[in-house]
Parts: sequence; C-alpha cells; structure tokens
Amino acid sequence: METDHTAGKEQIGRSMSRVDGRLKVTGGAKYAAEYELPALVYGVLVTSTIARGRIRSFDTRAAEKLPGVLAIMTYKNAPAVPGYKDTDPAEKRVAGQELRVFFDDQIQFSNQPVALAIADTLEKATYAASLVNVVYDVQKPTTDLSANLTKAYTPERPDDYNRGVADAYKQAAVRIEQEYHTPVHVHNTMEPHAATAVWEGDNAVTVYNKTQGVSLAKKDIQKLFGLSPDNVRVHSPFVGGAFGSSSRIWPPEMAALLGAKLVKRPVKVVAKREQVFNLVGYRPESIQRVALGATAAGKLTGITHHAVGLTSQYEQFTERILHPTKSMYQSPNLNATYRLVGLDLSTPCWARGPGETTGSFALESAMDELAYALNMDPLALRRANFAETDPESKKPWSSNYLRDCYEQGARAFGWEKRDPTPRSMHDGEWLVGMGMSAGIYKSDRAAASARARLGADGSLLIQTAAADVGPGTYTILTQIAAETMGIDASRVRVELGDSAFPQAPPQYGSHTAVSVGSAVHDACQELRRKLAALTDNGKRDATAGQAEQSHETILRQHNLPELVVVTESKGGAELETVARRSFAAHFVAVQVHPTLGMVRVTKIVSAIDAGKVLNPKTARSQVLGAATWSIGMALMEEGVIDDRSGRYVNNNLADYHVPVVADMPAIEVIFIDKNDSVIDPMGAKGLGEISMTGMAAAITNAIYHATGKRIRHLPATPDKLMA
Amino acid sequence: MADQQHPDESAEHSGASRRDFLKQSSIMAAFAITPPAAVTAVEKGLHETIATRFEQMPLRVTINGAAQQLNIEPRVTLLDLLREQLNLTGTKKGCDHGQCGACTVHVDGTRVNACLTLAMTTEGCKVTTIEGLADGDQLHPMQEAFIKHDGFQCGYCTPGQIMSAVACIREGHADSPDEIREYMSGNICRCGAYSNIVDAIMDVKQGGQKV
Repeated sequence: METDHTAGKEQIGRSMSRVDGRLKVTGGAKYAAEYELPALVYGVLVTSTIARGRIRSFDTRAAEKLPGVLAIMTYKNAPAVPGYKDTDPAEKRVAGQELRVFFDDQIQFSNQPVALAIADTLEKATYAASLVNVVYDVQKPTTDLSANLTKAYTPERPDDYNRGVADAYKQAAVRIEQEYHTPVHVHNTMEPHAATAVWEGDNAVTVYNKTQGVSLAKKDIQKLFGLSPDNVRVHSPFVGGAFGSSSRIWPPEMAALLGAKLVKRPVKVVAKREQVFNLVGYRPESIQRVALGATAAGKLTGITHHAVGLTSQYEQFTERILHPTKSMYQSPNLNATYRLVGLDLSTPCWARGPGETTGSFALESAMDELAYALNMDPLALRRANFAETDPESKKPWSSNYLRDCYEQGARAFGWEKRDPTPRSMHDGEWLVGMGMSAGIYKSDRAAASARARLGADGSLLIQTAAADVGPGTYTILTQIAAETMGIDASRVRVELGDSAFPQAPPQYGSHTAVSVGSAVHDACQELRRKLAALTDNGKRDATAGQAEQSHETILRQHNLPELVVVTESKGGAELETVARRSFAAHFVAVQVHPTLGMVRVTKIVSAIDAGKVLNPKTARSQVLGAATWSIGMALMEEGVIDDRSGRYVNNNLADYHVPVVADMPAIEVIFIDKNDSVIDPMGAKGLGEISMTGMAAAITNAIYHATGKRIRHLPATPDKLMA
Repeated sequence: MADQQHPDESAEHSGASRRDFLKQSSIMAAFAITPPAAVTAVEKGLHETIATRFEQMPLRVTINGAAQQLNIEPRVTLLDLLREQLNLTGTKKGCDHGQCGACTVHVDGTRVNACLTLAMTTEGCKVTTIEGLADGDQLHPMQEAFIKHDGFQCGYCTPGQIMSAVACIREGHADSPDEIREYMSGNICRCGAYSNIVDAIMDVKQGGQKV
C-alpha cells in the first residue's frame, strides 16, 4: 500500500487516500441493514397496487398462520404516532401533511405501504407479504404533469422573483423563447433504504438507518413519537449513497419503528429496489419556459423564467429551480415564477443540486440558443454577461473565479478548435459536437459542533454527528485535525454518524466540509490553546508550528489521562455581507450517429471554483460523480409512469438506465483552488453539487452542435435524434 | 370517481400455500426437489411448523476457505445466506434482480450474482466473498489499487466491483481500458467512480501481480 501519511503540516490540500478505504474494500464498513442484533426479525412491506382510492378490506389470515410470522401490521393494528397529529406547520421542512404511514385507509400514490409482514426470517416475511390480500376502492389517478398545468398553484412558500421590468426580453434586439422539460429523475442509490429499530420499552429507541443526518433524523423521530432527546439514538456511520434521498424519515424507517414497537423485538426493514423509486423521494419532473433578450452585442437585457414542478397531493415540495437564473448573469430585468401541480404521486425530494440542476438545464440551454441567435460564441456570450456582484442580493461575492473556470476549462478542452456551425464536424461517420455551460451553486455554512479528545498516547479522536455518504468527509476531517494539531494523520481517528456525538448539520446542500470542517478546526485550535496554557501559562502562540514537547509528554507531566474539548462553530456577521457561491464551467464533446441517433460523450472538462480544495483526490472523485449523473440525466434517466394506472413502468435498474462504466468518457477536472477568505478558516466552498449544476445542458448543447437538433425534453434518447 | 372493487394480484393466490402447491404437484416432481420426509409430512397433513423443520436441507459449501455444514431452506439465495445467516455482510444487496452487480462473489472461481444464485446450488462448491479476498492483514492487490486510485466513494458497490475486477483479470478480459469497460459494465456505481475503477484494474493488470 502506498505510504500516505506525512507528518504535521500541510495536510490540508494533500491528495490523501480515504481513511475509511480499508473498511470499504474489505467489506468491513457496516451499512444500515448490516447490524447483527439479538432477537432480530424481518419486516417486508406490502405496497398498494393502486394510485388513488381507499382500502376496503384486508385478508391477512393466510399470512398470519404461517410459521415464523409474528404479525401482519396494517393501519388497523399499528401503534399510534403522536407526531402525526400535532406538528407545528412552521417547523415542517416541506409544507403540507406528511405521509402518515399505516395511519388510515387512504391511498395517495401507487406503491404506498399498506402492510408490513414481520417474521423471524427474511424468506418467511417475504412469503407472508405475498399472501396479504388487499381489496381497494379505486379512483382514477391523475399523474400527468403536462396535461394538468391548469391546476398549477403558487406554493405556500413562494419563490417568485422580480427585478427591473417584467418581460423586458420582448423589447430586445435579439431574443429567444423556449420550453424545456425535465423528467422524474430517481436517486437510485446503490444501497436501498433500510432501517433497524430497537425499542427499550415504549419510550426509548435506537435506530440503525440510512440517513444523511443523524442529528436531524433523531429530532424527527423524537417529535414523531413524543420522546425525550436522551431516549433516541440514531446510528449511520456508513451510507451507501444518498444524493438527497436520505434526508427525511421515510416509510421504510417508519415501518421498522412501528413494527418493532408492535412486536417488541428489533425489526429490520429493507426497501426493495422498486420501492426506492418513490418511497424515498425523487427529483420532480419540471416544465420551464425561459425567454432571453439581448442587445446585438450580446448583453442580456431581460430574462423571463416560468417554472412548474410536480408534487404530491399532500405536500408542497419546492426546490431552488430559479436560483441559478437569479444570480448567474448580469441582467437588469428579470421576472420569474414558480408553480406546483399536485398529482397522485408520492412527495419528491432533494436530488443532487435540487432545483439548481433542473433550472440550470433550462437556463444554460437557453443561453446556447441565444448564442446561436446572436451568431456569437456561447463562451463569449457567457463572458459578456459575467456578474461582477450578485445580481440578486447586490452584495459582493465572497469569491468568484468563474472567469478562471472559463479560461482554464476552454484551454484544456481545446474550445478554439470548434467550428461554430452545427453539423460541420465529423469523425468518420459520426457527427461531432462541442458544447459548454456554466454552473452556480450556493456555498452555505451552518452551525456545527465537534468533540476533540487528545489521549495520553498522543492520539486524537474527533467525534461529530456529521455523515460521510461518499464525498470523503472522514478523510478531510482527518486532514484538518492533523494539520491544526500539527500531528501525523495516522494519529487521528474520526468518528461520524452517531446522534450521541456533538450536533452537526445533515450532509446535503454542499456544506459539510465548510461547516463541520470549521468545527473540527476550531476544536483542535482550542485543544492547542489548552496545551499551550499547560506548558507556559499561555504565553506561547497556540497556533505556532510543531510543539517542542510532544502532546503526550505534556499530558504525562500534568498527570492528565486525556484532554477533551467540545466546540460549536458558526460563521459570524461577515457571512451576511457577501454572496456565497461556488462556480463552474463545463465543456463537453459528443459523437452522435447520424442514422441511429446514438450519443457517445467522448470528453468532459469541468473547471470548478470551490475555493480551497481540501483533498484533490476525493474532490476530483466528486466531480467524476457529477459528470456521471449529468450523463445519466442528459441521455438516459427518466422515471416513466403509466398515467392510466399511476404506476411506474420502469422501476428497476434494467429499465431505468443509469450510466455504466462503458458510458463514461475521459474526464478532466480542473480546480481553480483559490481560497475563499470569508466563509470558513480553511478557505473552502461547497463542492458536491456545483459540479452537477449546468452539466446536462453542456451535453445537449454539444448534441445541438453535432446535429443541429435541439433537445429541450430530457433525456436525449436515440428516438429523438434519429435521422 | 366511481367506486369499483379492485382485488390486487395476490388475490388469486389467496389461501394457497406452498404446501398446497406441493400436494397438488405430481409426486414425481415433488420428489425431485423436496426431501421425502417433507412430502410425507405434507401428505399426512402435519402442522406447518413441523413441515417447516423438514424443509431445512443440508448444504455443504466452503466459504472463504472454511468448510460449512449448514441446514437451510431451499428458497434461500446465496446472497441472503451470506448476509442474513452467516453475517458476511460485505456482499451487498443492491437490486436483488441481477441488475446491479453489488452482490458479485466467486463460485468455484467464476463471478456470479449471489442474488440470482440459490444457495443450494453451491453444494460442494468453493465460494469466495470480499471478506475472503485479503490474505490476513495483507490486502489483495485489487483492494490496494482501489484505495490508491479512489475507486469508490460511498463504498456500497465496492465489494462487488472488486470481486468482478479480480475475475475480469483472471478471465483475460482486462487487456485494455475499453475491454475493461465492456466486461465491468455489469457493476453499477452510482457515485461515478468508474474511471478510477478502470485505472485501478489497469494498474493491477500491468503490475503483473498474481490475482
């Protein structure tokens, strides 16, 4: 194995291999469904075969009489959930009435849980679930967004936005106006959602579940069951992919919680692949109208953006679909609206770049169309409309190296070789296209806490209730701690994903490294101050280089078995004086077969301004992941629902296509890697989502360049491109 | 909307049990797949619980070098046997339909999807899982290479990717990145570590170590 630990200084910014790598390559990392617990039994969900209506009756007799079956739980015998009755509307993360699992006879979407078969083996529970017979009163479901736009309403939490004159594009010298459509996009994490609940009596519960935020999950479970904070513990040290889908208490978790309460034994529930298509959220379908107006020289004079998204009938899920439009380009005039249509589907949820990914597909496609209308290079058009300050808040950027992204990305890609005429470039019989786009994504910082414990042997233990769903949080926190303490990274151990650890925000919204990294940084600084105070009453600069005496010597001299600090860290007022964003420029080359309409992405260059890069190795991997997701979104991923039944027709990985290794091109990742001096002490900004924002449009823009065919309705499947 | 009755698909099976099926099947067919004692139990109308005991079938299989003498239900998949009965949870369940590759293990040296393999079919076989790949504390070269090249993020598809990658080289299907891409396309990685996985496999292949 490569030697990967260098001492003391300059740990941050180093390409360190993952500290949890060994556990992951040996099968030693434990995910939610993998805890061996005494008296564990299995729960298998029975889900509705209709999308709208009510349960008329159950016949559970055949299932109940099977040996090994403990219970068939339905709304008739499920334990009560006090939190379903009295939730403060202001506290709800999504407006409306959350899905109440096993609550009543109402069916609100297809595949809704109606029963849980609980048995002592997985096979018996599976068989028992198959014997539960449900009779429904069926109503015709409404699931087609396009056909129901007249039902669009303004959400309770509106996001309409105006500056300057409305519809100014209509007076512009050059203008375009188009409609863009993005389909349901399913996270499809490799690990299906799972939970094991273990009750001690009726008032204390431990849950091993798949969640991006143990602090948040704990709080939600506490509220749902009316428990005291000390009596709920959530474990989620390893998460097999999340991308936003593990950010609420979903039906599989509720089923485990309720089932375990009912049978008074630990119950494990693992969602089947077909169930993760709609029981744990998904990116909602959207229809967006974008109009752009510009001067003949390419200066934007007006932007109009009307977005409609789908949601369930019982909740109003909103996302940041208009955010890129508000801040990406300098335009004096902008009017934007956001509407929802409630359908007989489950509630969508946040999916990687929630809203920004969808909105930027429309905006960045429209910019490409405007460039052609202007007879202008698409990159030059974006440069001409660079926003020197945030057009929305009017505040200065905390940092903005988007111009460097444009420059370095274009150079590495070879943008100057592009003949702007569509269908002008070839490679053998294949049409060749080059496209680009820009991306913008918020860079938030939330309050976070960490515990740092220096042991008598000089080892350092960091504990925080953050998650590592894959970006490499264990590793970058190790680096931050090692550098701040001036010790070798091999002496640091980081523990995450336990709600008993100091509070941390969930891992979404690209703000873990910034928020939790700052907490770890501050905790280690505090430890150093304490050490310095021990050695010379605090006279020595606590942050100066390597301590002359080793930490263990200092502890020994003072007879201390350990030194522990818990620090909460959050940004100050300076955060509010600036607009905080990460930026990206994406360049994509494609080949399109002129007859068959097949698309191959052949090259991607992604240039990213995410501030200081804490670990280029793991950071690069995040951008590779975003490129993979963007290829999926642009070319193949589409949740298809039969509107006659309201049921999925492709809820499996053979029919819902995700990119495989053969679909992946060469990808070059460029980090501008310049410190942001405002947001956090490491100089970092958010990374996980910026690299996804806009990239799908770069792919379809390249397809337009190759073929002269504009794809405004994702995904760009061959049928849309056939000659 | 008009009310209408809509029994779901399982209605037609209502009240039918596996043992009813056995009774209705031809005795010859039943003998082929079921121990005689179980058939007798069914014929004599013994209680389900007793019948269940007869349905435990003996399985001799070597898993990661250790000979196992097990009694299992014939409907148990190799994947569920590993994960739920033997606590070998390194082998992952991603789809349970042979569509994602997360459950890839070696049976007598050949890569298979453990979710599509009934455990009974491994009678007398040698099964290797991710837990059996390393030599004690010494990682397998493919495991080392995955760490070195960052061939994973969340880590959930990783055991399947590694088992598939080792087999890919042993099969002689790792002579070029394009060939690797073709022969590794049965293993989905949602985090998108694909190009790093190809780099890791090429590294091991070119390193010439024994895999």
